[in-house]
Amino acid sequence: MTEEIIIAGFGGQGVLSMGKILAYSGVMGDKEVSWMPSYGPEMRGGTANVTVIISDERISSPILSAYDTAIILNQQSMDKFESSVKPGGILIYDPNGITRHPSRRDINIYSIEAADEAASMGLTKVFNMVVLGGFLQIKPVVQPEYIHKGLMKSLPVRHHGMIPENEKAIEKGKEIIKPVFLLN
Amino acid sequence: MKELRLMKGNEAFAEAAIRAGADGYFGYPITPQSEVMEYLMAEKTHERTGMIVLQAESEVAAINMVYGGASCGKRVLTSSSSPGMSLKQEGISYIAGAELPCVIMNAVRGGPGLGTIQPAQSDYFQSTKGGGHGDYRLIVLAPSSVQEMADFAPLAFDLAFKYRNPVLVLSDGAIGQMMEKVELQEQRPRLTEEEIIKNTPWATTGKTANRERNIITSLNLDSHVQEEHNIHLQKKYRLIEENETRFETFQTEDADYLLIAYGTSARLSQKAVDIARAKGIKLGLLRPITLFPFPTKPIAELANQVTGILSVEMSAGQMVEDVRLAVNGKVKVEHFGRMGGVIPSPQEIVEALESKIIGG
Repeated sequence: MTEEIIIAGFGGQGVLSMGKILAYSGVMGDKEVSWMPSYGPEMRGGTANVTVIISDERISSPILSAYDTAIILNQQSMDKFESSVKPGGILIYDPNGITRHPSRRDINIYSIEAADEAASMGLTKVFNMVVLGGFLQIKPVVQPEYIHKGLMKSLPVRHHGMIPENEKAIEKGKEIIKPVFLLN
Repeated sequence: MKELRLMKGNEAFAEAAIRAGADGYFGYPITPQSEVMEYLMAEKTHERTGMIVLQAESEVAAINMVYGGASCGKRVLTSSSSPGMSLKQEGISYIAGAELPCVIMNAVRGGPGLGTIQPAQSDYFQSTKGGGHGDYRLIVLAPSSVQEMADFAPLAFDLAFKYRNPVLVLSDGAIGQMMEKVELQEQRPRLTEEEIIKNTPWATTGKTANRERNIITSLNLDSHVQEEHNIHLQKKYRLIEENETRFETFQTEDADYLLIAYGTSARLSQKAVDIARAKGIKLGLLRPITLFPFPTKPIAELANQVTGILSVEMSAGQMVEDVRLAVNGKVKVEHFGRMGGVIPSPQEIVEALESKIIGG
């Protein structure tokens, strides 16, 4: 099993930390992982993205031009990454703030109203965990027990009190993700 | 017991330097390697091992602090990125001339000038051919994973002290910024003053009545004495070539074509090998782990087997010159690379192989 994922959105949406929690969960599940962020000017208020690879085998290139799954959280990222999903792959997006919806018909497309859900939970910060939950519902690449360990490892100890909220957000995400277009 | 963590390359290098028993780090921040000093400071190394971490007023000051620390037999290091490395070159030449052991890490970014902050490999010439003035060489280690960033910190110290020579860890923005799983070695204790005096009798540890004064200098006003020193240095570099050449091969056993790449390019090239093999092209990869000494012999041997070689670098083509020297005209050697901080895709590498080597 090798899952090649791009997560892309605005800086501050928790794109990089979502990738980190996913990668750490992979480590806890004894997988090979890599986490390759965009860095520098892109992070400062502009777009941010991270490539996460989770695999049973040694990972060759941490930098990719085609992905099994693209998780897209703003319009710029939709413009940049919709075309880089492998045929038959998966695109997950939050329609909030999207003006041009994905148009490909050779991939599976899901939407998740994560920003709205996080707002209604009263915790906008867990937005990224709602998205992560949605992804894990479609692609359970790591087991829930490892996600818990991944949260423990990647969040600073002073934020460990937030882990139940994060896990609740992941569960919510699993419930609210819905298909927009499915192959076959 | 070994410890498993998910870390950035820069952080893994910093943690491994602490565990290698480093006595001091002197640096000046620059993207994409500022995490090294940030990490060291956050770790409060002065409490953990007694290691000193100091932000100097400039790169020039930092490398001269390294000169000072190394003169006293201490395990010292610095790190920077390309523009900062240019500033350090004078100091590195003096350190090489004075035969002092130290570790230097360069997270290469696109140049020339301030260039970009994105990953590049355009400092190959500077790293392997001297960089500063005078006939000298650094031992150059080229990590291609976060694990190697961790492994090469202690290795670099060992080689530096074995040969009394600066060792450069030539990383880049991608290796420094990405996170991978890393297994950390156990903490080595820092050496005591007594151990330093015993292990490095040349160091300026304070003159005692029963020995000559130790003088650390790179200055010889007598040209014949300087030439003797040059001959000695060259002998040392030949010994390093004999003993310390390191490389790795992937799928070269039956290869008709060969990629040669180091660092990030080697990771991309490994994927390119998979893509090419899926298309029925028998492609292999040789990854130099040391850039000086360069794996000339294994490349020359593979040139007897393959019909063409592509050197893949994130530069306009620098290592390709050493590949051509190794191959010595036996087979076609071409270069493929992107510049300015642009990373080529594995697909592009396969396309370049097809157009420049197979079809060319």
